[in-house]
Amino acid sequence: MASEKGVMLLDFWVSPFGQRARIALAEKGVQYEYKEENLTEKSELLLKANPVHKKIPVLIHDGKPVCESLIIVEYIDEVWSDKAPLMPSDPYQRAQARFWADFVDKKVYDCGSRLWKLKGEEQQAAKKEMIEILQLLEAQLGDKKYFGGDSFGFVDVAFVPFTSWFYSYETCANFSVEGVAPKVAQWAKRCLERESVAKTLSDPKKVYEFVCFLKKKFGVE
Amino acid sequence: MAETVKLLGTKGSPYSHRAEVALRLKEVNFEFLHEDLAHKSDMLLRYNPIHKKIPVLVHEEKSIVESLIVVEYVHEAFNGYAILPSDPYERAMARFWARYIDEKVIPAFWMSCWTDGEMQKGFIGQAKEALTILESQLKGKKFFGGDSIGFVDLAAGMVAFWFGILQEVAGISLLNEEDYPVLCRWADDYCSVEAVKESLLDRKLLVAHFASKKEKIFATKAPVYD
Repeated sequence: MASEKGVMLLDFWVSPFGQRARIALAEKGVQYEYKEENLTEKSELLLKANPVHKKIPVLIHDGKPVCESLIIVEYIDEVWSDKAPLMPSDPYQRAQARFWADFVDKKVYDCGSRLWKLKGEEQQAAKKEMIEILQLLEAQLGDKKYFGGDSFGFVDVAFVPFTSWFYSYETCANFSVEGVAPKVAQWAKRCLERESVAKTLSDPKKVYEFVCFLKKKFGVE
Repeated sequence: MAETVKLLGTKGSPYSHRAEVALRLKEVNFEFLHEDLAHKSDMLLRYNPIHKKIPVLVHEEKSIVESLIVVEYVHEAFNGYAILPSDPYERAMARFWARYIDEKVIPAFWMSCWTDGEMQKGFIGQAKEALTILESQLKGKKFFGGDSIGFVDLAAGMVAFWFGILQEVAGISLLNEEDYPVLCRWADDYCSVEAVKESLLDRKLLVAHFASKKEKIFATKAPVYD
């Protein structure tokens, strides 16, 4: 990585973590080079840019790498601060935003993975947990347009990529997001009206194909 | 006058420690409300209904939870000492290493203490690798934060004070001067900082606490409070 000027994103097409970075960059109108990584054969650039975790996404800004999706989003927000602020300015509101983004990080992906990896009682337990998670998020959203209030913010960016996984969660575990968390379902549709989200999120059917591929790979039924 | 800043925590918790040191660095007047984690108070459950954990910072009746989020809040809400760097890239690096400590260093070290046989060997291997990577981040500086302690130093408080205690009780020697001279020197320097000293429990008390709970912790792999 020479200190080349510019922005590059090392990513993987269906990764909700990578999509957070893509949405943030799009909201800010930042021009960048997208590099699709083959996760079974990681590039030298990726291994050099993220030697500790060897994971995507990695944002490389003027030759300097930033890793971990939420850290990348905060970085993007702080560097390109002139447009579309994602974090609130009030310290307490910022703490709340970090809390809920952290909540999404800790809960949604792991629980979601258990929905398609497991069967029987274990899957039922994961389903119950996912419903609780969605209902907590529903309560947090309330009647606001976005988690960020009137403007699309940090928590929205953190959570919205997972909405294209809802179809997979629903199909694998037999429940309806709209049924258990209607406001979250409406919010997801509202977010898709934003160009940054519409152009970034994977088609839910394609995500489901990917989940089926993973199920075969991991030998799940 | 009632304090507008309250910290619900325990002296025995390295997570509570992070919040306490942050408040002391900013010279904030606060009231420390000691939680009995075996019998969580109504106040704790009200202010942190989702995770039900300490530390909880209550500032003018609003609660902030999750130790690193509390530290960032203290950095932003109060004037004075700069806990995080001002440069966005350096801030991103600080957040990265704090997260690394939470996700890699601490879990591997903790499990190294409370497992045995092949499992323990595996965890010890992970812990050694994580500590080596962490140590390399000091890069000739006195602290992770540079000349004075910062976000990563606070995140690594458990490494500086608790790791020595845990390994003593567990009967292993992972973080030692021979293998990690730079990290051990940093640990001494960190524990000598005034704001840190004021936050730490007497070492003997903490050793006694973990020793008395050793069997239970070994069985559950979780911290035991009662």
